[in-house]
Amino acid sequence: MLHRRDFLAGLAGLAALGHGRGALAQAGTSAGAGAAIFRVVTPYEINGLDPVRSGFVFTRLQIAETLLGADDGGRPVPQLATAWSLSEDRLRWRFTLRPAARFHDGTPVTATAVAACLERARALPGVLINAPIARITAEEDTVVIQTTRPFASMPAFVAHSSTMILAPAAFEGETVRAILGTGPYRVAEMVLPQRVDAVRFEGWDGPAPAVERLSYLAAGRGETRGTMAESGQAEMVCQLAPETVDRLRRNPRVQVVVQAIPRTRLIKLNCGSPLFSDARARRALSLALDRAGMARALLRSAPSAATQLFPASMAEWHVPSLAPLERNLEEARRLLGELGWQPGAEGILAREGRPFRFTLRTFSDRPELPVLATAMQSQLREIGVDMQIAIVNSGEIPAGHQDGTLEAALLARNFALVPDPLGTLLLDFGPKGGDWGAMNWSSPELVAVMEKLGGTADPAERAALRGRAATILHEEMPVIPVSWFDQSTAISRRVAHLTVDPLELSYRIAGARWAS
Amino acid sequence: MRALSPLLRLLGGRLAQAGLVALLVGSACFLMVRTLPGDMAYRIAASRYGYDLVDTAAARAVHAELGLDRPWYVQLAGWFGDLARLDLGTSLASGEKVLEKLGIELGHTLLLAGVALALSALIGLPLGALAGLRAGSALDRAALVGAAALRAVPSFVLGVGLMILLAAEWNLLPAGGVGEWEEVILPALTLALGLAAASSRVTRDAVAAVVASPFFGFARAKGLGDGLAFRRHGVRNAAIPVVSYLTLQMVLLVEGVVVVEALFAWPGIGHALVHAVLGRDIPVVQGAALVMGLLFVLLNTAADLACWSLDPRRRA
Repeated sequence: MLHRRDFLAGLAGLAALGHGRGALAQAGTSAGAGAAIFRVVTPYEINGLDPVRSGFVFTRLQIAETLLGADDGGRPVPQLATAWSLSEDRLRWRFTLRPAARFHDGTPVTATAVAACLERARALPGVLINAPIARITAEEDTVVIQTTRPFASMPAFVAHSSTMILAPAAFEGETVRAILGTGPYRVAEMVLPQRVDAVRFEGWDGPAPAVERLSYLAAGRGETRGTMAESGQAEMVCQLAPETVDRLRRNPRVQVVVQAIPRTRLIKLNCGSPLFSDARARRALSLALDRAGMARALLRSAPSAATQLFPASMAEWHVPSLAPLERNLEEARRLLGELGWQPGAEGILAREGRPFRFTLRTFSDRPELPVLATAMQSQLREIGVDMQIAIVNSGEIPAGHQDGTLEAALLARNFALVPDPLGTLLLDFGPKGGDWGAMNWSSPELVAVMEKLGGTADPAERAALRGRAATILHEEMPVIPVSWFDQSTAISRRVAHLTVDPLELSYRIAGARWAS
Repeated sequence: MRALSPLLRLLGGRLAQAGLVALLVGSACFLMVRTLPGDMAYRIAASRYGYDLVDTAAARAVHAELGLDRPWYVQLAGWFGDLARLDLGTSLASGEKVLEKLGIELGHTLLLAGVALALSALIGLPLGALAGLRAGSALDRAALVGAAALRAVPSFVLGVGLMILLAAEWNLLPAGGVGEWEEVILPALTLALGLAAASSRVTRDAVAAVVASPFFGFARAKGLGDGLAFRRHGVRNAAIPVVSYLTLQMVLLVEGVVVVEALFAWPGIGHALVHAVLGRDIPVVQGAALVMGLLFVLLNTAADLACWSLDPRRRA
């Protein structure tokens, strides 16, 4: 009996010819022809070749590498750099490169090429621009990053996809013309913005991956991805829509992996507004939210109801002893009463003749956000708070933060932009707040704690500081946590030894094999 | 020679139309995107770097890089200047050349549209002709109900339905993707069913009108069989409204392509247009709309030429 997959694999050669038009073919696509193809489907399109734009596609596919990677807990692990060290004065990071590493055009990886690539990344929006880097230089087979002050999160920053390393030949001036990385797979063909095909790189200096060929497809619609998983048209389907998960769980051909990721949906409040300047008002709003109900009914994942800002999966930052966020309308009303809010016209609270009314901005890039906002609107109405909803472009939130017009926003924040959450926290809760973090709120104590964290290597002291930071955010509530993120991935039973990376750094296909 | 001058007039008219389309579409797209609410620089930065990484610094960098504070008429004039040199500019989001990008995407869209039209012709025309030859029969009435139902269903719903049935349940066809030949079938079928619904009715009416006409009655009366009379005297007469209507269908096709391409992860021009609008990628919006507009003019010209060669009265 001819299975469709075998049929497709047989067609692979034909297909490569078939869509020659429009395909950005890179040299020599013959390797591994005829081998089974591992197909990955995600919602993310390939928006140009620049690492700051779509580097994550190529690092996740293990086509390109960053200096370091990270394990499930966010701790740095070797990647293109085999070892790294920090000087006595804690200002010089030295990364030793893998000696036998080669770029996909066959040229050896040199420290000069790596340093040039990192210098380029540093000039563009990304994460490196936020690190206190003085200069990046090459010294023999090592890359040295000099910082202006001690910066303990550096290993996490050089694990971000925007810092991925490409061969000098990949660039034409400042423009990236080809993806010539250093990973176990190399690009065979691309149909932007939808598809990348890759094959094993023969010059790879590590153990050869069992999977020889892979194909990446961006399918924006959740329905499409769900159907592709269901019909066995993909080996790995990422970001399943909540409504497709139950159906897929009953499908014997796939395994659904649900994993908490370090991302939180939260309400950002303008703490400079008279409505929210008192922490009691922020706590009252929090007490009005029915997080458990929203998690069950709207997100279809009961454990995703947030009990504090950092999810339990962020073991280092989650503080189990903090009192969980709960719904308590009576307490909410009491706190607002303390602040002088009295029931007014149509049940809306009023103070000095002004109603408790504000507008929450949110956006639809994440389809669940407007739905959650609507649910919260009616929950807040129960304590007499009138929240209007404005569905805007995501950019209206940072813009409103800057011009001061933002009152509140519902957004999803990724605390693992770099594997060390401190990177994101510094952006969000610094002395001036952050576009996606606190607004008109700062805590000198929190700033001091984060500064100390940046310069301390002692594990016990770091743990204590992290706990303190989480506690301050929990008590002061500059942002109101709503729910944590579950990420659902469908993995075909044809595949074995495939784990899902909670930090989304890699699809880990090179470590997978075909089930026999 | 006498026959050629109306033809030249026709082509000249269409050429002028093409110029007008370029002028209107380019300006309208530019102005519409500019007047969309929200700060453009933030939106462009979000489509470049992902909204997670977009802060005010990134937006300022984009603003400065693209010269967004230049007066709008300077920016628009710049676009027309480039257009005159056949340069559609560079995508603000991905940095690709718009002309190259659209060339690739147009190829995908034309492939999809071509397969969809062929499928719709295979389904709609014979069905319509049969219904027209037996106007008022059970077949005619069933075809009417089927066509009305298919036309009433939005292509998104139809696409998801076909996907569930043909990909998930029966596992006959892939649900999405690009590259393999079989991946074009589901999106094309989604478009084709909607098109066939309409074209079958037009064909039916045209055929029914021909069958009821005195010249067809005369052909039958002089002893020709049904089939022969239709082939000799019916097809060409019925074809004129059908060909004109098929051109109108392109409007449906372009509208359908936008939704269907996104649903089936097909990297065509409609898909690109949607993303460009969301990302405020003005050069891509202008380029895509221009290409689509010119495509309309081209198709209308093709239809005129087809009718011109089908209908000897026009050449007289």
